[in-house]
Amino acid sequence: MSDISQQLIEQVQQAAATNTPINIQGRGSKSFMGRSASGTPLSVAEHSGIVSYQPVELVLTARAGTSLQEINAALAEHQQMLPCESPVFAAGLSSSTTATESSFAGASLAGTLACNQSGPARPWQGSIRDLVLGVRLINGKAEHMRFGGQVMKNVAGYDVSRLQAGAMGTLGLITEISLKVLPKPPATATLTLACSADDAVKQMNTLAAQAKPLTGACWLDDRLYLRLSGSTQAVDGTLKQWPGERLEHDQEFWQQLTEQQLSYFSGEQPLWRFSVKPNADPIAIDGPWLLDWGGAQRWLRGEYAPEQLETLAAQAGGQVAKYRGGDRHSDVFHSQPVPLQLIHQRLKQAMDPQGLFNPGRLYSWL
Amino acid sequence: MNAVERPDKQQLAAMFRDFVDPQFVISDAETQKPYECDGLSMYCEMPLLVVLPETVEQIQQVMRVCHQYSISVVARGAGTGLCAGAMPDPEGVVLSLAKLNRIIDIDPVARTAKLQPGVRNLAVSEAAAEFGLYYGPDPSSQIACTLGGNVAENSGGVHCLKYGLTVHNLLKLELVTVAGDIISIGSEGLDSNGFDLMALLTGSEGLLGIVTEITVKLLPRPEQAQVIMAGFDCVEKAAAAVAGIIAEGIIPAGLEMMDHHAIVAAEAFAKAGYPIDAEALLLCELDGCSEEVDAYIPKVEQLFQHFGATSTQISHNEAERERLWKGRKSAFPAVGRISPDYYCMDGTIPRGQLAYVLTEMAKMSEHYGLRVANVFHAGDGNLHPLILFDANVAGEFEKTEEFGGKILKLCVEVGGCITGEHGVGMEKIRQMKVQFNEQELIQFMAIKEAFDPTHSLNPGKGIPTLKRCQEYRSLGADGIQPEQPA
Repeated sequence: MSDISQQLIEQVQQAAATNTPINIQGRGSKSFMGRSASGTPLSVAEHSGIVSYQPVELVLTARAGTSLQEINAALAEHQQMLPCESPVFAAGLSSSTTATESSFAGASLAGTLACNQSGPARPWQGSIRDLVLGVRLINGKAEHMRFGGQVMKNVAGYDVSRLQAGAMGTLGLITEISLKVLPKPPATATLTLACSADDAVKQMNTLAAQAKPLTGACWLDDRLYLRLSGSTQAVDGTLKQWPGERLEHDQEFWQQLTEQQLSYFSGEQPLWRFSVKPNADPIAIDGPWLLDWGGAQRWLRGEYAPEQLETLAAQAGGQVAKYRGGDRHSDVFHSQPVPLQLIHQRLKQAMDPQGLFNPGRLYSWL
Repeated sequence: MNAVERPDKQQLAAMFRDFVDPQFVISDAETQKPYECDGLSMYCEMPLLVVLPETVEQIQQVMRVCHQYSISVVARGAGTGLCAGAMPDPEGVVLSLAKLNRIIDIDPVARTAKLQPGVRNLAVSEAAAEFGLYYGPDPSSQIACTLGGNVAENSGGVHCLKYGLTVHNLLKLELVTVAGDIISIGSEGLDSNGFDLMALLTGSEGLLGIVTEITVKLLPRPEQAQVIMAGFDCVEKAAAAVAGIIAEGIIPAGLEMMDHHAIVAAEAFAKAGYPIDAEALLLCELDGCSEEVDAYIPKVEQLFQHFGATSTQISHNEAERERLWKGRKSAFPAVGRISPDYYCMDGTIPRGQLAYVLTEMAKMSEHYGLRVANVFHAGDGNLHPLILFDANVAGEFEKTEEFGGKILKLCVEVGGCITGEHGVGMEKIRQMKVQFNEQELIQFMAIKEAFDPTHSLNPGKGIPTLKRCQEYRSLGADGIQPEQPA
């Protein structure tokens, strides 16, 4: 719970002076993501703590290493939440941490943004990227800068804050993030029904086109799960109108889905994440599949050639990444056409001219 | 580009006329006149040429020619912008996207629309209506403003607390680069791999590329929408009521505040039934499924009364809802009727600072002898002070600009920013250094150069160059030294 930004600036200065690449580490919960890390580890876990939180402004500012658990707990005291439902991955921490005297484990705020991690509510409540209002970060010249702010509308300058989403720390060392938060809905309920993947895609898209309090739509093992959250009246009213039976202990199901603790996610088989058009036909591979985000995010397990999956993802209007497992030395994120590679490289050059931050973590050519 | 001799105006026009319909290459002063400014008409300039391509291929060709001869390009939509972001460069070309106004496709199942950049904002919702869908961001200029302009400015509107800004409602962009190449950003899925270039391009004010195709998300039209209007005898009570609604866990679809000057002007203009004796007025719209709206409307009315509302009124049908909104939506032109001219500011502040900011502004108003009417997107903290002035009085616009600069500085001091939704453009370029330090401005410039190394796209806007930045710094700490635009 301390501000070590000066120490972090000095570490980046040192790295720049010696031209030594840095492997930025948060709280270690997502070290499985991206390509294999290289460079000297630099931990931001100790740079933690909530800097300001005013429930009535719906804005929270916290240091990079603050755990999501701590943030979620602070928000819950005021019946608020991070609407993007990012995974906490608390179970993944056990071995790696020397960092935390804090009782909180799992994902850090900055790691969550750098990896752009959002949970089942993402299509309806936005992603972590959508919630970002501002960041402070140290660029490759060891300059500590502030972009965006703590207000909901701000169009001065380029949106360097949201640019950090999914950049895997390659554009700078994030030190602080301001986020929009929202009230927790008073009521939640889940409907479930048996159906095929094909029917599930149709149902999820049909229902999402209605102005109902849908906040989760997932299909697994021939069952569709529909979560409703909102006012008691809205949830009760929709329960009466929509198909399916009420699922008991539903919060456990959605939490396990968010935290990737369902049995679907266990085992060593590579886990692929497709981000596609929500109404795309089921992708022509046997699976096993898990459809989430109303059809817009689809998980696949198994050994496949990335090129084959990229072709299928593109046909479905989107992209695919090797999320976990398998070969992490080759590229794991959906390939970029040459003109976009050039823009990535130029932007990297603009923010990190010596290529210090997380070289190769996002792409082999970056 | 190495030394290639620049063509003169007529030579360049002739080059464009090789591939663009000759009538859409405008080189005479009279026909160029409408392009000399955007919605901020105090800033105007005649361009070298105006060109209105009809296809993406023509845009590419225009960009290639301009790139070859290092000629600057200012992209333009409907020209409704309020920051002189589309003000021409006298040495450059205005590239109007008005001819690319086709709705390419609406996918009612995926709930998306694929659009050309010249499509009007409201036209998207009108076209989606038959599927029970609409497009979320609804800037006040939505009848006229285009999607391309919305992307350039990251436009908001009165519903963005609940439904987000343009950046939250985009899926995919097609872009022509400064060199004339086409790139595609984003996908039809929600998240894309690599850098979030969508975020970088949204709100980039035409400084990074020319957007030629836009895929947006569409939302289901709410089953029900109702407005509650409440009058208060002081601004503090209205501000407390706003906080009270949020504390209750209710996120309204729209939550707007007007001060006394704005109420009186709007009521005289729109006959919306506003209480003209009130010091502050709140308009709160709730939408969604019927059960929820039915439950929350009486709750919000009770809250308003609890916080000291002197009057409340609820819309019971669409006509009443539209009437209550009409005053707010016509507030700017209404203010235009009580003053020869007005200057619209666009700061954002933390909501809790509203009363302090309004008090400080009242002091400044007295100091400058200029009245201010305030319209406030209370839900998201975006404040639009309208400074009333008379451009025919010598020196009054300069005084107004100085006053405006001080308001923006105040917004930054209380933790806000210099522009919530109108953009920086040419107008607020001096205030950029109030919000950002030199390192940050240099960082912005480096990002700009990653896309546009020759500074050919919308030069002089959005991001001050270091040289100018130093000049402003030497002018004094405010960055508001009056400087008559050319």
